[in-house]
Amino acid sequence: MWESYQKEIADDNYYFARSCIRQNFFPAAEELFLKIVRQELGKDIYDDARQTSCTGIAYHSGIVPMETTMTVVARQFALMTEAGYENFVCSCVTSFGIYTEMLETWKHFPEKEQETREALKRATGMTFEIPKNLVHCSDLVYKFRKEIAAKTKFRLINKQTGEPLKVVDRIGCHYAKIFPKKGIGGAEFPYVLAGMIDEWGGVQVDYPERRHCCGFGFRQYLLKSNRSYSVSNSKKKFDSMEPYHPDLIIANCPGCTFFLDRWQYVISEMEGKTYGENNYGIPVLTYEELAGLLLGYNPWDIGLQVHQVAVEPLFDKLGIEYKPEEKYLGINGLNLGNPEMPTILKSC
Amino acid sequence: MNTLKEELLKDIRFVEGLNSCINCGVCTAICPAAQFYNYDPRMIADTVQKGNEAEIEQLLKGDTIWFCGECLSCKTRCPRGNTPGYIIQALRALSIETGFFIESEQGRKQLALKRTIGEHILKYGYCVYIDEIDTEMHPEQGPVWNWFKQNRTQMLERLGANYQKNGSGTLRQISKESLNDLQRIFDETDATERFEKIEKYSEQKAHELNIDSQEGKDAYFDYLHNGNNESE
Repeated sequence: MWESYQKEIADDNYYFARSCIRQNFFPAAEELFLKIVRQELGKDIYDDARQTSCTGIAYHSGIVPMETTMTVVARQFALMTEAGYENFVCSCVTSFGIYTEMLETWKHFPEKEQETREALKRATGMTFEIPKNLVHCSDLVYKFRKEIAAKTKFRLINKQTGEPLKVVDRIGCHYAKIFPKKGIGGAEFPYVLAGMIDEWGGVQVDYPERRHCCGFGFRQYLLKSNRSYSVSNSKKKFDSMEPYHPDLIIANCPGCTFFLDRWQYVISEMEGKTYGENNYGIPVLTYEELAGLLLGYNPWDIGLQVHQVAVEPLFDKLGIEYKPEEKYLGINGLNLGNPEMPTILKSC
Repeated sequence: MNTLKEELLKDIRFVEGLNSCINCGVCTAICPAAQFYNYDPRMIADTVQKGNEAEIEQLLKGDTIWFCGECLSCKTRCPRGNTPGYIIQALRALSIETGFFIESEQGRKQLALKRTIGEHILKYGYCVYIDEIDTEMHPEQGPVWNWFKQNRTQMLERLGANYQKNGSGTLRQISKESLNDLQRIFDETDATERFEKIEKYSEQKAHELNIDSQEGKDAYFDYLHNGNNESE
């Protein structure tokens, strides 16, 4: 079924758009992505200083009009056009949904495209071309998963038992639920991360709530007084996946990666409940963090120390040697002290 | 003067979101919000489809339309191609436009969103920015965030970011020119006007509730964000 949902992913020369969330909460992930694309795959990708947010979080929270988001999107396309690129790749799944929604809107309501062009011109003097190819960063890693596999030093295999690691994939809702034909495998059987799991030696965990939202909910998470919505939805997922004993969760959405990491900490504090072995949590990685680990990058150079759920149990399973004493060092080995330990959730 | 239904029909998200709802309830079955809130997207689609003005006004003044999490799982599932999540977007926009949003506990929280992510876009170029996030507002960030934030200059350099510096890269300083572009787009496309409306109506409500509201993270912001509300 999913095989009928394929998409074109350009082979080279990309304009890169950053994520609001990833820059803050997984601050090495985007640099790692760029490094893999440029150095491991030998592709050209442009990181523009002038780019900004797509405003997607504000749009889905109801505080900016659709026309505003459309025009900010148009400015991003204008920057791409000015830089001489035609292939747009974005780091955020909400953004991917936003860019796709605006392009589809312009297709069905051409007068909206015209209005947007005029608004952008009045506001900034800029003009734009529609991208020839629009993809999410995870689409690129999926496309080149075999090339990455050929360079990896580690496979998703438990070094001690020889068994494949059990990996949960979390596809952000806005990757394919809004426009199923724009995602690899569509909304029902998205294969963008599962393809990486299969290629890199692991096995997929197919659990009942696999497609359930992580619980971001935009205004539901952003407001402290609404946040129980968010943790409750993540808990529903953890409770559903727990019987399958996953070794790892990977996600392609900035929000999902963050929530599945942090809500494990919160649930442990609230209920004394942990979902990994021996009071650890289930490690949560982005797709490029996983690629980086398997390629042999130092885990502390790719930002895995700023996850709240400890990742060391995963390193041990993969057979990755790491230096615990380097985890919390700054530039030139400066000792920055250690974070406080959570009460229940085990950390290293 | 247009009816509320006529106003909704001006929003292409409403036009795209509502074809003809058969009231099957599949949207409610799949909806994450319906599992944890007293929320039923099927009823909302039914209400706007019937077009009763008083009932639509009740929606605009109530909590219900603010419970949706905009995951848009409903779009995938509806057998008739409706999208309750889009209908909600149009209802929320109209609730702010009419000022009805301040009539509900959930609706009036839009002020807190405007004063955080809304203003961050114009200040930093992004909805979220490390300097604005602490574990008092976000205790879920955990102890690792306190450590990271305290050591962010060192850590972000180690991790290859370009924090507060010119040029490209993670958490860079966005140029004045780019921020001006955003401000002019906000002015041109009525986001500025929406921000002003949110502030104006909120000031009125804060006054009515006898809570101080000026700007930023003031007493009324805390009241809305932290949930020191009448129902809690």
